[in-house]
Amino acid sequence: MEPVLRLRGISKSFPGVKALSGVQLDLYPGQVTALIGENGAGKSTIVKVLTGIYQPEEGTIRIDGREIRLDGADAAAQAGVTAIHQETVLFDELSVAENIWLGHAPRTRWGLIDRQAMRAGAARLLAGIGAKLDPDQRLGDLGIASRHMVAIARALSVEARVVILDEPTAALSHKEIHELYDLIETLKAQGKAILFISHKFDEIFRIADRYTVFRDGQFVGEGQMADVTEGQLVQLMVGRSVDQIFPMRDHNIGSPVLTVSGYCHPTEFTDIGFTLHRGEILGFYGLVGAGRSEVMQALFGITAPSKGACRIDDQVRVIRSTSEAIAAGIVYVPEDRGRQGAVKGLPIFQNVTLPSLGAVSRAGFLRLAEELSLARDYTQRLDLRAAALDQDVGLLSGGNQQKVVIAKWLATKPRVIILDEPTKGIDIGSKAAVHAFMAELAAQGLAIIMVSSEIPEVLGMSDRVIVMREGRIVDEVAGDRMTPEVLVRAAAGLAVAA
Amino acid sequence: MSVLKSREALLALAILVAIGIIAMRFPAFVAPGNLANVFNDTAPLMLLAIGQMIVILTKCIDLSVAANLALTGMVAALMNGAGMPLPLILCAVILLGAALGAVNGVLVWKLGIPSIVVTLGTMTIYRGTIFLMTAGKWVNAHEMTDGFKALPRLVILGLPVMSWIAIAAVLIFAVVLTRTALGRAFYAVGGNAHAAVYAGIDVGRTQFWAFVMSGALAGFTGYLWVARYAVAYVDVAGGFELDVVAACVIGGIAIAGGAGSIWGAMLGALFLGVIKNALPVVGISPFWQMAISGTAIILAVAFNAAQSRPKGRLILREAAQ
Repeated sequence: MEPVLRLRGISKSFPGVKALSGVQLDLYPGQVTALIGENGAGKSTIVKVLTGIYQPEEGTIRIDGREIRLDGADAAAQAGVTAIHQETVLFDELSVAENIWLGHAPRTRWGLIDRQAMRAGAARLLAGIGAKLDPDQRLGDLGIASRHMVAIARALSVEARVVILDEPTAALSHKEIHELYDLIETLKAQGKAILFISHKFDEIFRIADRYTVFRDGQFVGEGQMADVTEGQLVQLMVGRSVDQIFPMRDHNIGSPVLTVSGYCHPTEFTDIGFTLHRGEILGFYGLVGAGRSEVMQALFGITAPSKGACRIDDQVRVIRSTSEAIAAGIVYVPEDRGRQGAVKGLPIFQNVTLPSLGAVSRAGFLRLAEELSLARDYTQRLDLRAAALDQDVGLLSGGNQQKVVIAKWLATKPRVIILDEPTKGIDIGSKAAVHAFMAELAAQGLAIIMVSSEIPEVLGMSDRVIVMREGRIVDEVAGDRMTPEVLVRAAAGLAVAA
Repeated sequence: MSVLKSREALLALAILVAIGIIAMRFPAFVAPGNLANVFNDTAPLMLLAIGQMIVILTKCIDLSVAANLALTGMVAALMNGAGMPLPLILCAVILLGAALGAVNGVLVWKLGIPSIVVTLGTMTIYRGTIFLMTAGKWVNAHEMTDGFKALPRLVILGLPVMSWIAIAAVLIFAVVLTRTALGRAFYAVGGNAHAAVYAGIDVGRTQFWAFVMSGALAGFTGYLWVARYAVAYVDVAGGFELDVVAACVIGGIAIAGGAGSIWGAMLGALFLGVIKNALPVVGISPFWQMAISGTAIILAVAFNAAQSRPKGRLILREAAQ
């Protein structure tokens, strides 16, 4: 059988990062191909290449043997490639039919939108995927599964030949997932070539016919699902060697600082308990959506846990707000540093002192000299490159803004520092600098929690690793058990290898 | 920082140029006594602009300031009519104004209603309350005691008390905004609410205090206004809230929050004050005044937008995605 879509030698790089290097991918009509890989393996990048959002620097894309260029979302739609994303963008205030046809609605002779044709077309598409929805219904009134159906109908409204499902089951209930499986069978029967991206091995084995594995932006293997075992797929995903260099550390684990027990949240996590010690780096590994960041946000007082206790130095502390967390000595460096980190428009020194205003005040008034000296101390320790401390933080480069954000937290003299994906989206050189700095902080006796989705980083930096899956702690790994296989299996919910 | 400073310097220059042009035709306009009058006339606008500016810094807006002013002014006039002493009245107007502001603040903080909706509602409610209290009757000059009317006009060191109050308010709030944790929080909340939360700042509570300050200033101005013009009625300062917002915008206070200085708000108010006072002198119809302040608003916003546009970095950011 000839593939509908054939990618060869696709490369795509961003400043400092090679996201894809020479990958290949084949999709066959009437077959589901699972694309498997760790976070950061390049799955999302290839989806963006296929949907015309990114243009690769090298490589060829062939549809039915003909080479084409996908230089925009329009071109991809014309070529019959369509994607249903993790968070599909739909419009609550528009009807189901309007959502399906937005941007390419059928027109009347006069160039106006043909509402009748639109409604009839929507009904036909919805019936084709077995969805019982009224085309006139307002989208905002629908549940998440029905919205998914609308998204799929929308994807099919452009005469798709290739359908990409990017983590389609992440937000669905058990019953809805089975409806989605039925739908995928329907699409297969219609001869669509389907690319299925998922972290869940059970569903990959259930619905995929073929697999392709990426690792660190490279193609590492493909084949028929029937010829492969879970163990072999895990091997392909994680590879063998961890070739990044991590700083040498003395593992001087001290007394317990933070003890969390029985933390629960109505929707995000259940029964979280762990102990963190002085001088320790505790890794939190899990798939995206496992609830790691949510646990950290609860510890930092951004969301409230419904149950559970948190002790700092054997004293029970109730943390209901971020200011209480900071007072208790916990700080959180969020993942989205652009949105949650720096206040653009304020000068550097005012960004640094923002959580420490009490410490630089006398009798309720801020002392400029103390603010500047605090900011100078910590920005110098981080080797910040800036013309002056009263420069607007928005004018700094991304890496330097990050240093300001970290300086801000260190200036509060915390006991516990939580780093959420500390090296996400920064180049290798900066990564090494961040890792060295973490090691230095731990050596000074700070207790560090590092949430990370990168296995080499988790294994290279952590003293212990807690693995979360679907809002629960599923494993705690230390010593000899700290191997990629153990982490991946625990995070994906697979049995421990014999 | 230097950009901000130059922005205010530019506005000050614009005001001086305007005064200069007027002086070429009407030298009397620049007589010290007349300039003092212009400043004094602008004092209420300045006081309200300070409060409005704080609210706008936190990414909110307070449309109820003029209604607050009218209501507290009426209460002051009625208290005076009931024979209460002036110091008590002064305390009462500040507290009442702050309470009216606190109503806005609580609704924004606890219910998360957009401030434009909240204050549009309370603006109408506060005006309606005056009507309910007085059945639409006016309180006229002869119903006010002399002491009540005299305070704002009392001249100290060549300037009326009302001007001194505006100057004092500018200085006090300059310190509050630049030298206290709350002042810093106003900027942080408007500049990046997410980052403010992560830095331990309660966004809602900060906005609440902004509304309380705006309300207290409006309340105090309510007494000054009613005493100076010696009349209180339902429609006192009708539509004045828009002048106040205009003064802030002209003064370079970013409507998206987080940027601007009290000097900008003060100069924005002075600019409108000079225009308002000069046009009748020059013999231009008051209708032109609206067109001129409207043009000034748009120019100010266009200027600010051009200043804050990042130069040549957007392309890089796109590539880094």
